[in-house]
Amino acid sequence: MTATATTTAGAVRRASTLSDVRLVWLRETLTIVRDPFSLVFSLLQPLVFLALFAPLLNGLAGGTVGTGTTLQFFLPGVIVMITMFGTSMTGANLQFEIMTGAFERILATPLSRPALMIGRALKELSPLVVQAAIITLVAVPFGFQLFPVHIAVGLLILGVFGVGVGALSYALAIVSRKTEWIFWMVQQSLLFPLLILSGMMLPLESGPEWMQIASKFNPLTYIVDAERMLFAGSVGVDVLWGALAAAITAVVGLWVGVRTVTRADF
Amino acid sequence: MIETRDLTRVFRSGKDTVEAVRGISLDVSEGELVAFLGPNGAGKSTTLKMLTSLLAPTSGTALVAGVDVTADPAGVRARIGYIGQKDGGGHNYRVWDELRLQGRFYGLTNAEAETRGRQLLDTLDLVGMEMRKVSTLSGGQKRRLDIALGLIHEPPLLFLDEPSTGMDPQNRANLWEHIIRLREQRGTTIVLTTHYLEEADTMAERVIVIDHGLIIADDTPERLKAEQAGDRVRLTVHPRDVPTARQVLDRTTTDLSQSSDPDGVRLDARVDRSSYALPELVRELHGRGVVVIAASAHQPTLDDVFLNLTGRSLREAAESGEAAA
Repeated sequence: MTATATTTAGAVRRASTLSDVRLVWLRETLTIVRDPFSLVFSLLQPLVFLALFAPLLNGLAGGTVGTGTTLQFFLPGVIVMITMFGTSMTGANLQFEIMTGAFERILATPLSRPALMIGRALKELSPLVVQAAIITLVAVPFGFQLFPVHIAVGLLILGVFGVGVGALSYALAIVSRKTEWIFWMVQQSLLFPLLILSGMMLPLESGPEWMQIASKFNPLTYIVDAERMLFAGSVGVDVLWGALAAAITAVVGLWVGVRTVTRADF
Repeated sequence: MIETRDLTRVFRSGKDTVEAVRGISLDVSEGELVAFLGPNGAGKSTTLKMLTSLLAPTSGTALVAGVDVTADPAGVRARIGYIGQKDGGGHNYRVWDELRLQGRFYGLTNAEAETRGRQLLDTLDLVGMEMRKVSTLSGGQKRRLDIALGLIHEPPLLFLDEPSTGMDPQNRANLWEHIIRLREQRGTTIVLTTHYLEEADTMAERVIVIDHGLIIADDTPERLKAEQAGDRVRLTVHPRDVPTARQVLDRTTTDLSQSSDPDGVRLDARVDRSSYALPELVRELHGRGVVVIAASAHQPTLDDVFLNLTGRSLREAAESGEAAA
């Protein structure tokens, strides 16, 4: 996918899609680098959540398990939750850029259309890894057992999944660009059922049968299971299922995203 | 530089179809400064979006900077600059990052992008703004950043969509200063859309009037005005002098019309070179005993041209266009 073009005034070169992806990713990532405080702030919410929810869960379990075990179960769920919140809302940034005009300016550059989507979605990876790493480290003094290699694999799976969700969020943002509230309505009405039906917050084993069946069709379930297994320091078939669910989400998300950005009349 | 044949664009939403552009054929040579003039909803911006490859034509062909917009849209985009109606800089991004990366998007090296970026910040009076968030810039600064973003790759052909909409007169003058300097220094071909009559009149060398998706006139502003509207004189006389005054005017002017005026009767007529014709007329009327109460000479505006071509004033057309959109 390399095209070369030369103009009379000032040779203008067209780079490859890959370097276009890198440039789009760089533009998005620079906003985080320039405002590291926003990243710090985004850490507060999950930390508060963890601090307030974990003790309750501990009580629910009848006090038979220690804090460490509760965290071991709960922390991966919180990290998946941060991923879902962050990546599913990211379309709002694109919608804002469509509204203010910056996206049109970028559409008018020779950047490849798939790169516009892929570069943006890949940007979701970096803050996610930082957030997850910090939250995990904070939990260590409270009895959380650390398995660095397993966690790294877990974050990679989560990152791939996040790219897919991010791309879907961008696609939704483009489709609903003229009626902003539709974006939020769809995002909100999908987010919570997906989260709850993944067993992220509370285990589904005690729930009714229909919920357990529904959870089998939720890709997030496989991600949560894989993360729990990895964060507990073990490896099994659940990890493979999680990796597969993440890969499918990424491929479908990017496919939908690229199609949407290529076909939309802005 | 631009060559289009029967370019059309139809928008469909549900059962409604809107023919935004209904067949535009035009040629623009290197170095021209062309303005598309027309009311909102006339098809100017849609045409511009097709020429910049942002929008695929429904039918017809367009060669822009030697490249076919349908066959190689990315090739077109690599050879042109585009400054849209809204803010080009991302509100949450830093001025310097946006400018530098814009250069990279067009294939410049980091060093080239930084050198040109610095020059542009300097000429556009944005030095010191590098690390500011775009959202904190004033309206004029944002617009100057848009120009910098559009010029960083030194395009031989630049498109501007309604460049001065919503700008105050000072910023508008400032914008034009930059556009004119750009042409003088680099011979850039410039195509812009506008619904400001004065802007098209004073700045463009060629005005293409677009209405209902078609080109209805295409010439220099001077020739358009001379051919489509012409100068007029307006005289207010005492009611008893009307017959004599009409006799005089009938001999030297055309298109004479009469209307009542609080001070008497107003006569309105078309005449060549009105500022020179008016003193002659007043002298002659005076010689025949006609009391001239008021007299004025009028040079036509492009609005008169539009009125003559469409039967509507550009202002009214803009309002009805907005209501329809």
